Amino acid sequence: MKKLLALTLAALLVLPMILGAAACASRPTLNILIWGDYIDPALRTRFERANGVRINEVTMESNELMLAKLREDDSDIDLCFPSDYAIEKLLAEGLLAPLNKENIPNRANIGDTFWALTESFDPGAVYSVPYMWGTLGILYDTTKVTEPVESWSILWDEQYSGQILMYDSERDSMCVALSLLGYDINTTDETEINAARDALIAQRPLVRRYGTDELKTDLVNGVAAMAVVYSGDAMLAMAENENLDYAVPLEGSNLWIDNMIIPKNAKNKELAEQFINFLCDAEVGAQNAEYIGYSTPLAPSLELLGSDYIDDEVFNPPAEIMDRCKGYHNLDEVVKIIEDKNGKEVPITGNDLYRQAWEAVLQF
Amino acid sequence: MKRRLFSYPYIVWMAIFILAPMLFIVYYAFWGGDGSFSLSYLRDALFARDIEGNLANLRSFGHSGIVAIETTGICLLLGYPIAYLLSRMKRSMAAFVSTLFVVPMWMNFLLRTYALRSIFLSLESATGIQILDTQAAVLIGMVYDFLPFMILPLYTILQKMDKSYMEAAQDLGANPAQTFTKVVLPLSVPGIVSGITMVFVPSVTAFAVSQLLGGRKTPPLIGDLIHRRFMSDPPMYGVGSALSLILMVFVLASMVLMRVFDKDSPNEKGGKLW
Repeated sequence: MKKLLALTLAALLVLPMILGAAACASRPTLNILIWGDYIDPALRTRFERANGVRINEVTMESNELMLAKLREDDSDIDLCFPSDYAIEKLLAEGLLAPLNKENIPNRANIGDTFWALTESFDPGAVYSVPYMWGTLGILYDTTKVTEPVESWSILWDEQYSGQILMYDSERDSMCVALSLLGYDINTTDETEINAARDALIAQRPLVRRYGTDELKTDLVNGVAAMAVVYSGDAMLAMAENENLDYAVPLEGSNLWIDNMIIPKNAKNKELAEQFINFLCDAEVGAQNAEYIGYSTPLAPSLELLGSDYIDDEVFNPPAEIMDRCKGYHNLDEVVKIIEDKNGKEVPITGNDLYRQAWEAVLQF
Repeated sequence: MKRRLFSYPYIVWMAIFILAPMLFIVYYAFWGGDGSFSLSYLRDALFARDIEGNLANLRSFGHSGIVAIETTGICLLLGYPIAYLLSRMKRSMAAFVSTLFVVPMWMNFLLRTYALRSIFLSLESATGIQILDTQAAVLIGMVYDFLPFMILPLYTILQKMDKSYMEAAQDLGANPAQTFTKVVLPLSVPGIVSGITMVFVPSVTAFAVSQLLGGRKTPPLIGDLIHRRFMSDPPMYGVGSALSLILMVFVLASMVLMRVFDKDSPNEKGGKLW
């Protein structure tokens, strides 16, 4: 009898745990693959509470690693935030699910300029919705650089030797050198790519560091004169140090859009669409852009943010700056075929040429 | 017989987490992605040339070796006196101080490296002395990361050392310097050997630290090279694995060398962590 009692008590003790775990598991989970610190956590919680769901954030470090993750058959990602040229690649590989536009009425908030830009990588905007966008430019310290920053050539100025920071990204650094030389930032012409590579190798002795997100902190701390950064990083840095300014050189640069997409084998497609719709809400978009520092493609959100943001040339670049910027394209076409040491034919794509050029600069 | 049962989980563990990855590396190093045997990955890994015609990968191996030797040397020079002082302290005090050395290891090394970066950064904006983005920063970072691995085995052996040896040496007329060089130092050789191994192996395979603190301006370490090959798009598993394989052989050879050294030492018992 005592044994029975003990067993019953034990069962009663364990039961709530099992039920609790079951309840927890039954709450739908939305797995999102996203750049680090790329969504206001308060908004995430708000969506979770309002819909009784859980959002699981997986951080991506580069478009390349994101691609690798989405190529896995059993990847459980429901929503992802890749850049324009990566979407071209995802589309070509058939890894995307078409969006049900009826579930995303807030799409209407997105400005026409951005739908026009979307055409270049996702014709008809069947698979993607713009999330954030920005430019690539030079963040500089006005106490160290007194001349106007109008050309990429300032990054080759020996006067600033040891105070120049470059971005460790093959496309962005090559974009700088190709623009400087007057070539297209999507060129697959080998002579042009090699010329850009040689310019970057020649620049190497002047460069203090090839970095990524941390470059802006170096400028905030005043240990460098200038850095190649994205406009959003520039916004954040300028908020912390008033001596900093940002310029998009006259030779032109890159304008990028990060977009929301749903992978083909997503398990919670409708929930993902619901979340996209939430993020496209005017008020939510404004709060999110304020938190992240990147520019929002949502026209009503920009209005809500007010004139401080609308008049800011970094956050909301005027038409003449946008006109001189271009998006990256995926350069997967085979440019040439070489024979390796075993006589095997190896196809070389545009992407390969960029990667090889950049590895030569970094001495990898 | 029954005791054998306890070893099964370990055998399974070894098979999954030690043997299988090695087999994968060997497979990718020789068979690459397409399944046909080839030595070309190994050749590329060894004799890759940069655009100026230098043997870039061999240079990286050399550079990694030098950085690892420097790190180990500095750790030994810094770690020995610390371990010696610890072993002379009261037990409770020594336990407290050695915990202080170990506490940073509870944090992820990447986080510690970022912290170090911030320290260098504030130092530079305050005094104008540049450490960050130089080879010195890489060395300091590695020493900071691996110093506990030198101190602990040294401390273990020094603390276990019988004090009567030293008293005997003094009774026989040895001055403190002689006592140290003729008695303490030779007796602590096993600790030195295991400290060197425990610092050298992680330093020669280190990555990320050098890139974060050296700003990619210092030549890439072999670990960075492997990381880059695996992370490129498309990933180059063949060359990356071949590089790992060469590194493994290199590490194994240096460990065998240390083992030989160890055998020659007078004291064969205890004091080693492995």
